[in-house]
Amino acid sequence: MKKISKSARSSFINYGIVLIFFLFFQIMLSTGKLSNSLSGQLIPICTYVIMALALNLVVGISGELSLGHAGFMSVGAFSGVVVATALKDVITVSPIRLILAIVIGAVLAAVAGTIIGIPVLRLQGDYLAIVTLAFGEIIKNVLNCLYIGADSKGLHFSMKDGNSLNMETGGTVIINGPQGALGIQKISTFAAAIILVLIVLFIIQNLVNSRAGRAIKAIRDNRIAAESCGLNIMKYKMMAFVLSAAIAGAAGALYALNYSTVVPKKFDFNTSILVLVFVVLGGIGNLRGSMIAAAILTVLPELLRQFQDYRMLVYAIVLILVMIITNNSKAKDLLGRVGAKIFKKSAVQKG
Amino acid sequence: MLNYLINGISLGSVYAIIALGYTMVYGIAKMLNFAHGDVIMVGGYVAFCTTSYLGWPVIPAVLLSIFVCMVLGIVIERLAYKPLRAATSLAVLITAIGVSYFLQNVALLIWTSNPKVFPNMVTLPSLVIGDLQISSVALVTIIACIIIMIVLTLFTNKTKMGKAMRAVSEDKDAAQLMGINVNATISLTFAIGSGLAAIAGVLLCSAYPTLMPTTGSMPGIKAFTAAVFGGIGSIPGAMLGGILLGIIEIFGKAYISTQLSDAIVFSVLIIILLVKPTGLLGKKVNEKV
Repeated sequence: MKKISKSARSSFINYGIVLIFFLFFQIMLSTGKLSNSLSGQLIPICTYVIMALALNLVVGISGELSLGHAGFMSVGAFSGVVVATALKDVITVSPIRLILAIVIGAVLAAVAGTIIGIPVLRLQGDYLAIVTLAFGEIIKNVLNCLYIGADSKGLHFSMKDGNSLNMETGGTVIINGPQGALGIQKISTFAAAIILVLIVLFIIQNLVNSRAGRAIKAIRDNRIAAESCGLNIMKYKMMAFVLSAAIAGAAGALYALNYSTVVPKKFDFNTSILVLVFVVLGGIGNLRGSMIAAAILTVLPELLRQFQDYRMLVYAIVLILVMIITNNSKAKDLLGRVGAKIFKKSAVQKG
Repeated sequence: MLNYLINGISLGSVYAIIALGYTMVYGIAKMLNFAHGDVIMVGGYVAFCTTSYLGWPVIPAVLLSIFVCMVLGIVIERLAYKPLRAATSLAVLITAIGVSYFLQNVALLIWTSNPKVFPNMVTLPSLVIGDLQISSVALVTIIACIIIMIVLTLFTNKTKMGKAMRAVSEDKDAAQLMGINVNATISLTFAIGSGLAAIAGVLLCSAYPTLMPTTGSMPGIKAFTAAVFGGIGSIPGAMLGGILLGIIEIFGKAYISTQLSDAIVFSVLIIILLVKPTGLLGKKVNEKV
């Protein structure tokens, strides 16, 4: 039998973790042991896991800091809602509608990613970060005054207000400017979310371990050296960026179809930062780490609910402390020494 | 038309003062200090409490607010950023975001999320020249901005501290070898930047009199954009970027669309960066292999 490579084994462990997570919560759900607030968090957890994977592709694998990923999520979310709502009477089977919404959400987010990526990826470092932030804000701002309605003639668009959509009577307004999308049918399911996580994981892991993935990592490690080896910098950077945007779009569609209303404000700078925190805390470039960090940190505010007003404060303090402990050599030493002492003690006791 | 221009310059002056703080900190610590916007908010609240609750006159209130913010800036730098000086820029960025969340939530606990109505700090009559009416807030803001600009330029170019600051931002290790106290210089930079944020907070809240724990974040992001716009790390750049940004925002609001004004501001930023990837007055750093 062929020996399994290290990277393949690591990939299978990741699939395994996702499946165990799914089975565990599915059993909890069917036996009714899960509290309401937690079972409502299952799809958002999956969404943020996918977002973290997507952002890790850009920040970790491709080495570019993006502060506007919520923008792509937003594009995916609203296009997904439009598709799902407009096809309500045409396709009655909701899983098919969900798949269609996710695919179209991903495609439109990829288009947005391409439009944004071409100018953005020419910049470097902090300038690149600020431009992605700017694009994220632009997307939010434009969606904030976008009105879309549907009637028997098809879709109507307007940038002014709901009345200027010129719809026939009986048409429905799907997206209503700052109020966002109202009356969405909730068609996302936990199983679908898990399948999407697995697909995304499959795509990213295969990309990372492929020739293209190695090229992307080479560009991250040393752009000039990679260029002198004949790699097409723009091509590979775009590949990572657009793929990441598409995945974020898919996550957005999944997320939006889990709620009855979604507002453009939800996908602002803070959401981009939230996902970035998952990626950094989970370990930059480490897919498993960012998945676990995303899952834990999405649930954490729910678990801290008893602290009410203090929970975001605690979150902030934990964030600062974790960053200092993991990045400061003195703090690391101290922690290592304390750890060693405890370990020694237990060893002595055992002996 | 001229009125819009004056309003634009006035708003731009506030952005410029905030952007100066960003750009100085960036120049010296090479970090994006996302908590800067929240220092503005703290400055606003301190001025609000001293005048509204304690009945202090305006000038001591503003001075106290500057002092509190300077101390806050130094404390933040010492506790959160100093341990990370050798860390990757991303780690520092996340820490700055943590500090920003921290300040916002502390403010939320102390002052709750109800917006406070900020008293107008500038109670002078407005200036009228023919048809043109300039509000006193706008006038004071513009004058304050000019004074700050002049003082800061003199400070960085003529005084020993200023020279030390520039030396540290050029090369930290070499500056240390020349006998410059790097830690003190960085603290000083944070203190100046945060003091400027307090002034900006008072001016901003005088012009737009609602104060909430999240008041600082959007002006913070915009001032950050302004700093990048002018070339981050450059003091005249921050000034120019801030004022241009203010003018673009007001004109965008007046002539194109109120709702889309932010989108217009950010689009202009992107276009500028595409033409000049290091901002208007930024230095181009050549890479070596």
